[in-house]
Amino acid sequence: MTIEREKFERLMTAALDGELNADEQREFEALLAEDEALQKEFLQYKQLKEVALTMKLKMPSQEVWDRYWLDVYNRIERGISWVLISIGAAVLLAYGGYKLVEEILRDTSLNWAVRLAMLSLIAGLALLLVSVAREKWFTRKSDPYKEVLR
Amino acid sequence: MEHVWEHYAMESAQTSAFPQVRDDDEAVRLCRQGYRQAYGFLVKEYMQRAYFCALGLVGSHEEALDLSQEAFVRAYRAINRFELGRSFFSWYYKILRNLCLNHIRDKKLHARSFSEIGEVELSRLQDERQSVDTAVEQTELREKVWTALHQLKPADREIILLKDFQDYSYKEIADLLEIPIGTVMSRLFNARRNLKSKLERIYP
Repeated sequence: MTIEREKFERLMTAALDGELNADEQREFEALLAEDEALQKEFLQYKQLKEVALTMKLKMPSQEVWDRYWLDVYNRIERGISWVLISIGAAVLLAYGGYKLVEEILRDTSLNWAVRLAMLSLIAGLALLLVSVAREKWFTRKSDPYKEVLR
Repeated sequence: MEHVWEHYAMESAQTSAFPQVRDDDEAVRLCRQGYRQAYGFLVKEYMQRAYFCALGLVGSHEEALDLSQEAFVRAYRAINRFELGRSFFSWYYKILRNLCLNHIRDKKLHARSFSEIGEVELSRLQDERQSVDTAVEQTELREKVWTALHQLKPADREIILLKDFQDYSYKEIADLLEIPIGTVMSRLFNARRNLKSKLERIYP
């Protein structure tokens, strides 16, 4: 891209947004006066900008704003409840699992194949749980803004 | 019974119990000390800006409301990482933006039509007494621009929305996106060029 073209794009953007100072305004007008293609291009962008300026996003009703903070507050409070429930559930699950394994190992009345299958099932579930939890934790920790485009 | 709980929740969330909250940093400090209600100061201050930024990106009222509130919740949880003295909204905006972009990617959202979530800014109309035909044409044109806008890359859409729909200055956009003003201008130009070619392609 030529320096002239680059300058035109910068000045045109500022002109569209009303951000030109007096010197830049003169410079921009001189560029337009020299070239009809540039005049046409500027006019097209100006029309697009004018249409965009007539478009406004609707303001929701006052009721939405009145409830907004309350909804955020409730979510924060519930988030804390979920953390406590998760901690409690994790501890109980771990303890229950431990007790179950202990019971299976102690119970000699069960066939060894059934005991082995039950132990295998419990170990598999525990591994799966740890693996999912680890994946979630590391994804969250290592790349919090991976979708942010700069 | 529900009414009693609603009242209790309102009381708990009441921010008037914190008259000492004067600015964002003060509110952040109180939040760090465990006063959840102080966060209401920040939420009320920025909820409208947050909602409109999200609405522009996802194009749906319900999703914008939900995502902007969720971003406030996440910002609250991460409040210890906020650097005092910096702009709270710029920091919050990064969380919101990230949430919206993930949401767009995961849900493959289709924005609502402009007539559903937008309205005409009458003060900007060049001739308010236009004919019915012109008015219909203009309405169609706005729908076309909105459709084309939502077919752009999120980053292009975002910068056009911030500048042309929400009237942010170059400096404010630069702060929000953490880029120099020169980059704001070049990104704005590229985004408008992409919008123009998108319009020419889908509505030749």
